[in-house]
Amino acid sequence: MERTALLGRLTWQLGEVAAKKVETPRTASLTFAVPNWPGHLAGQHVDVRLTADDGYQAERSYSIASPPEEHMLVKLTVERLNDGEVSPYLVDELREGDQIELRGPIGGYFVWEASLGGPLLLVAGGSGIVPLMAMIRHRRAVGSTVPTRLLYSSRSYDEVIYRDELDQLARSEAGFEVIYTLTRSQPPGWTGYNRRIDGDLLHEVAWPVEQHPLAFICGPTQLVENAATGLLPLGYDPARVKTERFGPTGGS
Amino acid sequence: MEQKLDGNAAGGMLREIFPFEMTMAEVSCDACGATGPIGTLAAYMHGMGTIIRCPICDNMLMRVVHARGRYLLDMRGMRVLQIKEK
Repeated sequence: MERTALLGRLTWQLGEVAAKKVETPRTASLTFAVPNWPGHLAGQHVDVRLTADDGYQAERSYSIASPPEEHMLVKLTVERLNDGEVSPYLVDELREGDQIELRGPIGGYFVWEASLGGPLLLVAGGSGIVPLMAMIRHRRAVGSTVPTRLLYSSRSYDEVIYRDELDQLARSEAGFEVIYTLTRSQPPGWTGYNRRIDGDLLHEVAWPVEQHPLAFICGPTQLVENAATGLLPLGYDPARVKTERFGPTGGS
Repeated sequence: MEQKLDGNAAGGMLREIFPFEMTMAEVSCDACGATGPIGTLAAYMHGMGTIIRCPICDNMLMRVVHARGRYLLDMRGMRVLQIKEK
């Protein structure tokens, strides 16, 4: 019988910034070339570690935005938190050619592969879109036709991360829909939703439960809890509603 | 800075100790009996260490401190930790 390979202790690796793209006024995407990257699944994350000159270290977790099909590359999209220790450096200071330490991939719970099917309901708040984008990019990379609906809450139109790519995919990909809700300000002529995600909004947007949907929700804690709670009266099976809350994570 | 996160966020730290993908490991709460993968539990992370709590009854399941070259694990709040090999 074949022995199950142990994963071994997770070790830090150096990743070099191969590309950087400003996504919104507060977010940037960083593509790291990681020579011995073992591959990842859509929805997994990495830990990033920064070390100051005096030896002080800070670690944070960031979701991977790139699909598994982009080998040896790890793309992160990071939101600048004004009082953050790590994110302002990643968003504002890091340049192409710079190296940082990262380890991963991490996580087996909040993960989607095309073989898991759907229909898929993706619910994002703010930068909670990042792991869901890896799923959307994976779906496209493998030519999946799993019916997929993204409900994406942002404060304003300018803060919608990946807006051009999402709009393009909604036009070109069969079975992929994007529904935005802009909760603080809307551009002139906006006809989309302008309220927070709750049970009523999900009632209008979510797949009927008879289709046995699979849901992934990622965003700030309150949004995740509102959305997960809002799906229950619709009859969603809690075992098929996966959640990931994000926020600043501590570290040594 | 302490904020409630999912156990998923503790996955990297737990992989420093265990050679398995720990977000899929199942924990039974010693207080209420609820069982779920670590990825779904509540995690509170700060510089002093990580605390993982039951999302149902808030019982402390696991406390991990990494200091001076040692890992200290207080796991008295859990009944069983079930780790899948793959």
